[in-house]
Amino acid sequence: MDLIGYVLLFPIIGTIINGLFGKKLNTSLVGIIACTAIGLSFLVSILVFIDLLKLPPESRLFEKEYFLWIGSGSFKSIAGLQVDPLSTVMILVVSGVGFLIHVYSIGYMHGDDGFYRYFTYLNLFTFAMLLLVLANNFLLMFIGWEGVGLCSYLLIGYWFEKKSASDAGMKAFVVNRIGDFGFLLAIMLIFVTFNTIDFTEVFLAAPEHLEVGSIVATMIALLLFLGAVGKSAQIPLYTWLPDAMEGPTPVSALIHAATMVTAGVYMVVRCNVLYMLSPFSMTVVAVIGGATALFAATIGLAQNDIKRVLAYSTVSQIGYMFLACGVGAFVTGIFHLVTHAFFKALLFLGSGSVIHALGGEQDMRKMGGLKPHLPTTYKTFLIGTLAISGIPPFAGFFSKDEILLEAFTRGSLLFWGLGGFAAFITAFYMFRLLFMTFHGKSNMDKHVEEHVHESPMSIVFPLIVLAFLSVVGGFLGFPAASAINDFLAPVIGGGGHLAMADGGEAHHVSGRLMYSMMGLSTGIALVGIFLAYVMYIRNPDLPAKIVDKFKLVYKIIYNKYYVDEIYDATVVNPTVKSSFFLWRVIDVRVIDGFVNGVGRLVELKSEVLRLFQTGYVRNYALSMLFGGVIIIICSLILL
Amino acid sequence: MEITIPPFDIKSIAPIIIMTIAGIVVLMADVFFKRALKDKLAYLSLIGIIIAGVVTFTQIGPTVYSFSDTFVVDNYSVFFNFIFLVSTAIVILMSVSYIKQEGINYGEYYTLILFATMGMMLMAGGSDLITIFLGLEIMSISLYVLAGFRRNRLDSNEASLKYFLLGAFATGFLLYGIAMLYGATGTTNIKEIAAFLANNPALSNPMIIMGSSLLIIGFGFKIACVPFHKWTPDVYEGAPTAITAFLSAGPKAAAFAVFFRVFLVSLPALEPKWSMILWVLAVLTMTVGNVVAIAQTNIKRMLAYSSIAHAGYALIAIVAANSLGTASMLFYMLAYIFMNLGAFAVVIVLGRKGEENLMIEDYNGLGYKHPLLAITMSIFMFSLAGIPPLAGFVGKFYIFSAAIKSGYVVLAVIGVLNSVVAVYYYLRVTVAMYMKPPEREFAPLSLSPYMIVALIISIWGTIHLGIFPARIIEFAQKSTLLY
Repeated sequence: MDLIGYVLLFPIIGTIINGLFGKKLNTSLVGIIACTAIGLSFLVSILVFIDLLKLPPESRLFEKEYFLWIGSGSFKSIAGLQVDPLSTVMILVVSGVGFLIHVYSIGYMHGDDGFYRYFTYLNLFTFAMLLLVLANNFLLMFIGWEGVGLCSYLLIGYWFEKKSASDAGMKAFVVNRIGDFGFLLAIMLIFVTFNTIDFTEVFLAAPEHLEVGSIVATMIALLLFLGAVGKSAQIPLYTWLPDAMEGPTPVSALIHAATMVTAGVYMVVRCNVLYMLSPFSMTVVAVIGGATALFAATIGLAQNDIKRVLAYSTVSQIGYMFLACGVGAFVTGIFHLVTHAFFKALLFLGSGSVIHALGGEQDMRKMGGLKPHLPTTYKTFLIGTLAISGIPPFAGFFSKDEILLEAFTRGSLLFWGLGGFAAFITAFYMFRLLFMTFHGKSNMDKHVEEHVHESPMSIVFPLIVLAFLSVVGGFLGFPAASAINDFLAPVIGGGGHLAMADGGEAHHVSGRLMYSMMGLSTGIALVGIFLAYVMYIRNPDLPAKIVDKFKLVYKIIYNKYYVDEIYDATVVNPTVKSSFFLWRVIDVRVIDGFVNGVGRLVELKSEVLRLFQTGYVRNYALSMLFGGVIIIICSLILL
Repeated sequence: MEITIPPFDIKSIAPIIIMTIAGIVVLMADVFFKRALKDKLAYLSLIGIIIAGVVTFTQIGPTVYSFSDTFVVDNYSVFFNFIFLVSTAIVILMSVSYIKQEGINYGEYYTLILFATMGMMLMAGGSDLITIFLGLEIMSISLYVLAGFRRNRLDSNEASLKYFLLGAFATGFLLYGIAMLYGATGTTNIKEIAAFLANNPALSNPMIIMGSSLLIIGFGFKIACVPFHKWTPDVYEGAPTAITAFLSAGPKAAAFAVFFRVFLVSLPALEPKWSMILWVLAVLTMTVGNVVAIAQTNIKRMLAYSSIAHAGYALIAIVAANSLGTASMLFYMLAYIFMNLGAFAVVIVLGRKGEENLMIEDYNGLGYKHPLLAITMSIFMFSLAGIPPLAGFVGKFYIFSAAIKSGYVVLAVIGVLNSVVAVYYYLRVTVAMYMKPPEREFAPLSLSPYMIVALIISIWGTIHLGIFPARIIEFAQKSTLLY
């Protein structure tokens, strides 16, 4: 486990090599360096994982401290890495899925002018993400948190000559700042409360310092959650994620589906001790999560851009994870995070393969009938779609079903209803996507259709691996013998201090309830799929008729509930206008005027003082003598 | 009367002996080297410095008094020895090509620098006013010569002579102060003076007060505090640039080492007196230094006034008179040598024979022609201005915290306001580099490998101390046990 540092070292070496020399290296070497860096990082992660498994479950916590980073008064921050089941699961997912996406990118970004720039950013992102999950204290985690934010910004705006891309990058950055602000405040409050920002110390001290339901605990938990809401694109800060699809598709897969956006979930689970001290904030997390799951799913119904549909589905799926956390099933949240990383990365990469084949086309209305042209992409995409829809035995079924079960047994009928309805819509819109893209008659332009071809090996290979993981990934949490539950259990509840904390959650639920819930959720998904089949395969005219009938509803959903417009009108425009006022009037006239005035005054004084510098030794000596006499007189007489 | 010869403890003065030997070896070797090969003398000097550094490293730890308590090795003096050695090494690295270009590459150059460094080490370890005086004179006389080393240049001669005359004048004050303290207390040993003052009424004895005031004048001259600062700009401008850099680093730190040791160890009984005086001097020094720096158009003069201002900040630490203050001063001195020597190194890189490019407008447009050099200069300027995350910021932060801890809130506020003023003239260099069109063609840079090493060390120090100050601060805090 001493190797843990290498997990971070390899990606940063890759970043440095490609960043400094990438322009001069040829492109295949750039790709190899980047992939090797992440591949090695993944191998080290596996070694660390094996090491960890050798330990008895209760002692699976290892902190490697590197150096005292900041020490000022009672504030102390030691830069170190923390290896425990939670961070190990995360580094496996990040470096593993990250590696596949790096490989994919070699094919996808082939021929792009900024090839080395792309891989530099991607390696840097992986480094920051690994730092985020491995950090042993809040401040270091925040560094990773900001690091992934920066890379996300750089990669969304990767094609910066396109205005929409650079705008989207800006939007992501600005919206995230709101969340980061909350996170920072939370860190400060944690320090003020516990006098430390080290994870282990804080979580150990929290149950003793704070009572359940105390205001401080609630404040900390909610401020942290504000950070999570920004980073993980939840209501009300989700608007940046759909726009983030302006970035290259592998970036959407890695950053905006599999890893970065789930950082908020990781953070909430990491801080589960703090959340358990505040039932109110747990409820907030559950409500926001459940509402987002449903809300984003409904928007997904009416989008025509293939990547945007997937973006809204990501928002919705992360909502599920928060729902799980909110009802206290933290492990289930992480379980869904893992399976989601597999199938959503698969779906994004699959859509990337489609876009690649069609020469950049993203509008589903101009697709259709692609199944014979892209056989492998189709098969893997189908697996991903089944997984997200929650059809057994695919990965998404187990995790989603477990969330619904937890929502029902621990939460309330309301949470279950939100989740269940969202699951129905998800199955519908995902199969709508599948049918519009791969089935039916072709709507492609003639010259596009002639060039359609299956993607190269470097693109197809990651698809196959991810498809495999999307099939078997669910058995990690197979209800009867849940490996992931047992593995993660020690992380929850600060080592069993709190009664509410039980990692192995599903065990106490009666078998009958469990299986009937499974049947029910499968049924819901099947109904959704059937409906999509009816509307998009059997009666392709039906959607248009329905749209005609519910024009208003459709228009609202199509325009994403006008949330962007509302934000523009209520927040963005007033801010911009008042900024203009502050700039033109307050800054330029008042402040600059004052500053320039002072500056002129000082310069004037400076010129006068300069005159004393005559250059004659006798004058200098005289001033020394003068000064000396004054000092002596003062010290003898006056003081 | 029986004279006892004190035990001869070589180990405690080993670094000083090594520096002396290195100086003599360089002087001897000079005879055998041809003019073109005098670069090699720099190697000899650096080897001496490295050996002295290693020996100094072994001295970390317990406090050892030697030579009848006239000399002391403690962490405080060890810390300063590191500062001297590092700054001397950087100066030698940046001198090699510079003195060649200026045609002053004689062997004595290195010897004098090494002897001056030896004098500084003697000052930092001096535990008797006579030892301190001895070190101070060894250092000063070397510096007088070095300031006039460009002997065919009028301004260099002028600098040397002015420095010497005024230095001699200040020495008079210092010596007179030492004599008065001896007259009043019967000893020149700083521990014994402290013991005497603790047991006798000190504040009512005019001789003691007068003596200590004279010490302030003497030391004040060396650290260039207002109103004893007038020599600084003229000397800094006239001296060879590498020597200007040297003057601003080691000798100033040495003077502070002595200032702190004498006033905090032997004269704490007089604190009510001198803290008020030094309070005023600190404010004057910061303010005059910063305000006058604004009007400078010559970068060497600007840096001279900037060094006056920085002396003012360090004076805040002595006024604070607590262990955090001493620790922060130690840290600040270390941070200051990196950023200031770095700035002078860039000045040297930009100059060439007969065309020194010392005006700030000569930097116009540098950012486009030599981006790497401009970034380097910007880092030093930002650090001098005290902008995080660079060394200068951390140093100032600790100094102001020390002042606040001792209750000198107004002083800290004045210090912060002064830093704000300072930003103006430091950033003017950056503005010139990046926001003004170049007014002339930049000749290709003549960067010798020595100079590159000097720049890298300076940048590394400036950034490292800014981002990872913890370890050095910890060591500095262990080095304040001189009370």
